[in-house]
Amino acid sequence: MIRKVRSHITQNEDLIFERSSPGKIGYQLPELDVPAVDPASLLGDANVRSEIEGFPEVSEVEVVRHFTRLSTWNYAIDLGMYPLGSCTMKYNPRINEAVARLEGLAWSHPYQPESLSQGAMEVVAKLEDALCEITGLDAITLQPAAGAHGELTGILLVRALLESQGNPRKKILVPDSAHGTNPATAGIAGYAVQNVRSNDQGMIDLEELSKLVDGDVAALMVTNPNTLGVFEENIMQAAEILHSKGAMVYMDGANLNALVGVARPGDFGIDVMHINLHKTFSTPHGGGGPGGGPVAVKSHLAPFLPVPRLKRLKDAFAWDYDVPQSIGKVRAFYGNFGVLVRALAYILAHGGPGLRNATVDAVLNANYIRHQLAPYFDLPYNRPNMHEVVFSDDRQAAKGVKTGDMAKRLIDYGFHPYTVSFPLIVHGALMIEPTETESKQELDLFIDAMISIAKEIDEEPAKVISAPHSTRTTRVDEVGAARKPIVRWKP
Amino acid sequence: MLAACGLTSADQLFEQIPAAARIHGALALAPGISEYEIVDYFKALSDRTSNGYASFLGAGVYNHYRPVVVDTVVSRGEFLTSYTPYQSEISQGTLITIFEFQTMVCQLTGMDVANASMYDASTAVPEAAMMAVRITGRHKILVAKSVHPEYRQVQQTYAKNQGLPIEEFGYDAETGQLDLADLEAKLDKQTACVIIQSPNFFGIIEDVRKAAELAHAHGALLVFTFSEAASLGILEPPRDADIVAGELQSFAISPSYGGPFAGIIASKEKYIRQLPGRLVGQTTDSQGNRAFCLTLATREQHIRREKATSNICTNQALIALMATVFLELYGKQGLRELATQNLAKAHYLGSKIKPKFSGPYFNEFVAVPTGKSPEALNEALLSKKIIGGLALGKFYPELSDATLLCATEMTKRSDMDTLAEVFHS
Repeated sequence: MIRKVRSHITQNEDLIFERSSPGKIGYQLPELDVPAVDPASLLGDANVRSEIEGFPEVSEVEVVRHFTRLSTWNYAIDLGMYPLGSCTMKYNPRINEAVARLEGLAWSHPYQPESLSQGAMEVVAKLEDALCEITGLDAITLQPAAGAHGELTGILLVRALLESQGNPRKKILVPDSAHGTNPATAGIAGYAVQNVRSNDQGMIDLEELSKLVDGDVAALMVTNPNTLGVFEENIMQAAEILHSKGAMVYMDGANLNALVGVARPGDFGIDVMHINLHKTFSTPHGGGGPGGGPVAVKSHLAPFLPVPRLKRLKDAFAWDYDVPQSIGKVRAFYGNFGVLVRALAYILAHGGPGLRNATVDAVLNANYIRHQLAPYFDLPYNRPNMHEVVFSDDRQAAKGVKTGDMAKRLIDYGFHPYTVSFPLIVHGALMIEPTETESKQELDLFIDAMISIAKEIDEEPAKVISAPHSTRTTRVDEVGAARKPIVRWKP
Repeated sequence: MLAACGLTSADQLFEQIPAAARIHGALALAPGISEYEIVDYFKALSDRTSNGYASFLGAGVYNHYRPVVVDTVVSRGEFLTSYTPYQSEISQGTLITIFEFQTMVCQLTGMDVANASMYDASTAVPEAAMMAVRITGRHKILVAKSVHPEYRQVQQTYAKNQGLPIEEFGYDAETGQLDLADLEAKLDKQTACVIIQSPNFFGIIEDVRKAAELAHAHGALLVFTFSEAASLGILEPPRDADIVAGELQSFAISPSYGGPFAGIIASKEKYIRQLPGRLVGQTTDSQGNRAFCLTLATREQHIRREKATSNICTNQALIALMATVFLELYGKQGLRELATQNLAKAHYLGSKIKPKFSGPYFNEFVAVPTGKSPEALNEALLSKKIIGGLALGKFYPELSDATLLCATEMTKRSDMDTLAEVFHS
């Protein structure tokens, strides 16, 4: 039975270009307080464009209705649980939005004098300190704009250190359970990728690893907890294997939400890692970004961090560009500062004990889901999990219903789907991450929905296969979209 | 819930972590504070910034008015707290706003296709260069010295590790425009692309067509970048470029001490399969209704892994939405008026302070203060609660006597008069 939702009316809405009519405006500009100019005579005819063809002309209320109507066609955390595994879709506190918009922070220019930037620089300093404490690492850059950008920065740091020792080496090892960004990053950083097979527990296979690590290996990229939601129990031994050959261990911090206040990567052998502020530290996903991808390192990698570095003088902060071994800049200015403000507000609100509590709740929620759903769905790796749990669709696939179908049916029950078909080492994966911000009530509704879908598969599988049934838009033709791409509106 | 999991204490949840890897004790972080205390703390920080100062800084980050409606829209939880729109049936809102974004980026730049956003221009430029390398099969990158210095620094970091040689070509000391002879001399059969910016870092408008002709004559692509998007309201779009990689910060994105911003990448239709990042396409649903979804994902990291066109995953969707709302509010007429106002303000300032370069400029220009260094000028202005321009010596030693001044629609005539007075005093 569907308990969480029932259908309601949504408004139709055209594309803005189809609403446009000549002469309508939705903006106001003040009267000029200087003489008007003629663009063509100042810039020359050839430099001045004719009108922007096809550009919209609408009123303010039309713009507000346009976006409000479109917004109602979206699912969001603000509407309910969003159990996308590996994405850490937790509640985004609104206080973070408020402080990021304070005039002095939102309107600070990156080139304004340092004497007029001390408040903004303190945000950077405080967040650097907190993240070093949380990760157990020695130094950090907040410059990378997102997780994948952090990965690139981290691998470039590894490369720079190895280069300074005379040989950048050739390969990066990437487990077969890794996120796609890991191998893509290694490629962009100029390394060949060697995949590492997981063992029958879905973990790093130490024997296999020992065979692969040689003088050509620059680093292992590892996600811990791994993408099965399980802590890599041999992580310290794995790190030793890498270190003994002069290689390093990079940790993808996508799953850091399982560790804050409980275990620190710096204590279990990690040399360098990125942190997803838009996951663990609650900055909003915003339909795909912005994120923040700080990179924390052990002291041996610190000399190579991007410029500028924040310097703590006796009574002021200063930007230091004189870092001779630095890899350079990975982004203009100092990173996604507005995202840093939000992350710091989250850390201050929680404090040390509160951050640990959040971790406990996140792990408890995921274990609760595993226990409640284990009778109904196959657990390929049946062991205690951390912040997320991965089932497979084995039992349901035998009846012709796949993970993607169940995910779509979940929409009818009022939930966003879990992550579908990832990690790749689980056939037909259902990857579920509830986060700490879901109550038992919401979790129980989700569990009920999953059990109900499992029963539907026994009784009327066609209903699941053809889902969703209650959305404005039914299943879309993705193959058609890719065959003849239409990526812009044309009159 | 613990009992339902067969546990008696929360600590048991973490027994799978080897003891040696666990924290013993607590994080050295203070206990949490209340909402009121958080607001209070950040207000105090906000006061220790440029709050209340007028500013003539541009140099890649511009002060433009942000209409109230922009935050009204992006604060809606349905946009703010949704994930990447992989599940089309419950993400049509986000997908349509991105489709409109892609369309308007094309209309503004004169390109055929645009992606769903990049982190910012400084990272979009090296992605464009990597595209050019893939398309041409060549390796050398030629960058104009008048491209934003920080974009060039980021380009350097990216290229260094892929073994892509970078060479810079100069600007004309008289006009501030591209030194086309220098460009021509450095173009060869190894050149994958030529990267130029207009208005360039000095605010000067370039002859894009000539640069494109030179690049194309040598089989190289022209990559065009911009940092002042407001100029596109009045300037001829870079139709002769092959790839455009730019910055939309000017469209209702607050300076925010340098980010988050929204970068774009757009190109000619034939290069669509080489674009990095996410793309939204139009299709139909099973009932035949128009619908939208992410498309051409086989370019991307989650499908192609090490063979992907880029490692980018998270982009700047919410920031791109700010730009989208802004562009729809301003529309065809507003964008032109905004650009014209910027032109008028900067040229008023230019009538009081003589620009160093003779090339046409949009809303910023280089000038040499009378009888003092740019640093001394800035120091004198601070006492009048004015932040002066960017002293150029940091990036251009040959211009260490010069400052880069910017005026936008938000710059007041009285502040320009004060600046001019101090400038000449």
